[in-house]
Amino acid sequence: MATELGPTPVKKPASGGPEIHHAPKGVGEDNRIASQGRWASWLLAPTIIALAVVIVYPIISALVMSFQKDAGLDPVTGLFTAGGPAGVQNYVNWLAQQCSAPGGGTVACPPGTLGAQFWTATATTFFFTVVTVTLETVLGFWMALIMARTFRGRSLVRAAVLVPWAIPTAVTAKLWLFIFAFEGIANKLFNTTILWTGSEWPAKWAVIIADVWKTTPFMALLILAGLQMIPAEVYEAAKVDGASTWQRFRMITLPLVKPALMVAILFRTLDALRMFDLPYILTGGANNTTTLSILVINQIRQGFNAAAALSTITFIIIFLVAFIFVRFLGANVVEQSGATGKKGKK
Amino acid sequence: MSAGTAATALRAEQDRGRKTAQNREKIAQGRTYISAAVILIWCLAPAYWMVVTAFRDVDFTYDTSILPTHITLDNFNTAFDTSFGNRFGQALLNSVFIGAVVTLVSLLIGVFAAYALARLNFRFKYLVLGFILGASMFPGVALITPLFQLFTNIGWMGTYQALIIPNISFVLPLTVYTMTSFFREMPWELEESARVDGCTQGQAFRKVILPLAAPAIFTTAILAFISSWNEFLIASQLSSDATQPVTVAIASFAGAQPNQIPYTAIMAAGTIVTIPLVILVLVFQRKIVAGLTAGAVK
Repeated sequence: MATELGPTPVKKPASGGPEIHHAPKGVGEDNRIASQGRWASWLLAPTIIALAVVIVYPIISALVMSFQKDAGLDPVTGLFTAGGPAGVQNYVNWLAQQCSAPGGGTVACPPGTLGAQFWTATATTFFFTVVTVTLETVLGFWMALIMARTFRGRSLVRAAVLVPWAIPTAVTAKLWLFIFAFEGIANKLFNTTILWTGSEWPAKWAVIIADVWKTTPFMALLILAGLQMIPAEVYEAAKVDGASTWQRFRMITLPLVKPALMVAILFRTLDALRMFDLPYILTGGANNTTTLSILVINQIRQGFNAAAALSTITFIIIFLVAFIFVRFLGANVVEQSGATGKKGKK
Repeated sequence: MSAGTAATALRAEQDRGRKTAQNREKIAQGRTYISAAVILIWCLAPAYWMVVTAFRDVDFTYDTSILPTHITLDNFNTAFDTSFGNRFGQALLNSVFIGAVVTLVSLLIGVFAAYALARLNFRFKYLVLGFILGASMFPGVALITPLFQLFTNIGWMGTYQALIIPNISFVLPLTVYTMTSFFREMPWELEESARVDGCTQGQAFRKVILPLAAPAIFTTAILAFISSWNEFLIASQLSSDATQPVTVAIASFAGAQPNQIPYTAIMAAGTIVTIPLVILVLVFQRKIVAGLTAGAVK
C-alpha cells in the first residue's frame, strides 16, 4: 500500500544541507551520498523492523489464514468441520453471503447470521463514510474560514475546537448515548420523542452526528493550516482588481487550498472506512449500523480464518479507495510532506 | 468657486464611501462573532453536558436543566467503586502504563528514522516515507485477527505486551511522520557549524540537534500518548479485566441494575479521563495544532 501513496519523485540533490560545503564534484559527491545512505539505513532499521513485525507479519499471517478452513463446530449447522486448505472459499462465502451447508457445499446464509451481513455492512460503511466526510468537509471548511479571520477571541475558538478532538472516542460514544437517551437532552431540546438508538435511521444519524462532532475539528485545523499558507497579497491584488468575495473564494481560496483539502479528505475517508469505536459503543451495531470493522470483530470468535478473509477484504477496499484518491483525485500525500523540506531550506 | 464646490462634493462622496465601507466592515465583523459563537457552542456544549452530568445527583440523571443542579461528588466515588465489577482505578493505571511504554518505545525508535527522513539523502527515501504513511492509515481490524490467534496460541491474551505491541503499529508511524515534518523546519545550519567545528554527524546530532529538537519531540510525545490513550479496538479484544485500559472500562461500565446504564458515574469517569488531556491540549495548543497538521498540509 505504501508505494502507491504517491509517485516517487525523481531524486534530486537537496539544495543546502550538508551538501554545500567543500566537496569536489564527482567521486566525492557519490561517496558522500553512499555514506549518507548507509547512515540512513542504520537510522531507519529499527523503525522498519518494528513496523515489519507489527504490521507486515500480521498482514501476511492474515492472508495465509484467509485461505484456510475454520475447524470446529459450524455455528449454523452445529456439525464439526475439519480445517485444511480452503482456497478462496472464505472470500466467496463473504461476497456471495454463503454459509456451509450440513451435507457439504454452501447455502445462502440465514438472515441474522454474520455471513448474511456482508453487503449491508459494506453499504453502511460507505454510507457513513460519504455522509460524515461530506459534512465534515463542509463544516470544517466553514470553521476554518471563520478561524482564519482576525477577531478578538480567535485563540479561544481555536482552543475550543481541540476539545472534541481530545475526548477519547469511547467517551464520546457514551456521552452521545446519554445525549440521545430517550429522556435525554437531545429529545428535550428539540421537543421530540425519538428512540434514537432504537431504529435504523435515528441510530445511523446518532452515529453520524457524534462522528461529525468529534472529527470536524481535525478537518478544520488541517484546512486552516492550508488557508494560512495563502499569502495575503494575493487577496489584496484580487480586491484591487475588483474580484467579489465569492470570486475570491472560488478563484483563489479553493484552488490554493485544494492540495491540503484533498489530503485532509483522504485522511478522514480512510479513517471513516475503518470506523469501529463509535457505532460499536453507541449502538452496538444494531439497526444496520454494523460497519465492516464491527463485522470482523464479531466474526473473530466464530472462526479466525473467515475473519481473516473479511479483514483482508476490508483492507483491500480501503487500499482501493486510497489508490483512487491518490491517482485520480490528486491527493498527493508524500509530495505534500516533501514540499515542507524544500520550503524549509528557503 | 466651482472648483471649491467640486472639491467639497468629492470630499462628501469620499466620506460617504468610507462610511459604507465602515458599515460593511462592522456587519462582517458581527457575522464573524456570531459564527464564532456557533462554533464555540457546537464544540463545547456536549463536553459541558458531560461535566454537568458528572456532578449531578444520580437520582436526577435525566434532569435537563442547562445549569448545574443537584451538585454532588458521589459519582466520582461510584466511578472508582469496584463492587459492580468495574475496575476504573486499575484501568486508569493500565492506560497510563500502556501509553507511557508505547510513547517511549515509539519515540526512541522513531526519532532516528525521522532524522534520516528529514535530513539525509538516500535512495528509496520517498518509498520509505510512503510505507510509513501507509502504515498509519492501516485499518486496525486487519491486524486483530492474526494477532488474536497468535496471542491465544502463545498465551499472551490479556497481557500488557499484547496491548502494547499492536499499539506501537499505529503510534510509531504517527511519531515518525510528525517528527519528520518538525525536523525539516529546524535550523540545521547549526548542525553544519558544529560539523565545521569538528563534530562528527553523530556528535552534532546528540549535542546540537537533540536539545534543539526537544520541543518537537515533546509535542510528538503528547500526540503519541493521546493516540495510545484513545485506542479501543485492539484493547477491547485483547485485554483482560486486569489489564483493560480506560476506554474499555468506560465502554463496559456496569451499574447496580443490569439494564440501567449508570450515566452519571460514566460521565464522571469520562470527565476524569478527559480533563488531563484537555488541559494538556489547551496548554500546548499551538504546538499540538502544528503537530497535527504537520506535513499533511504544508
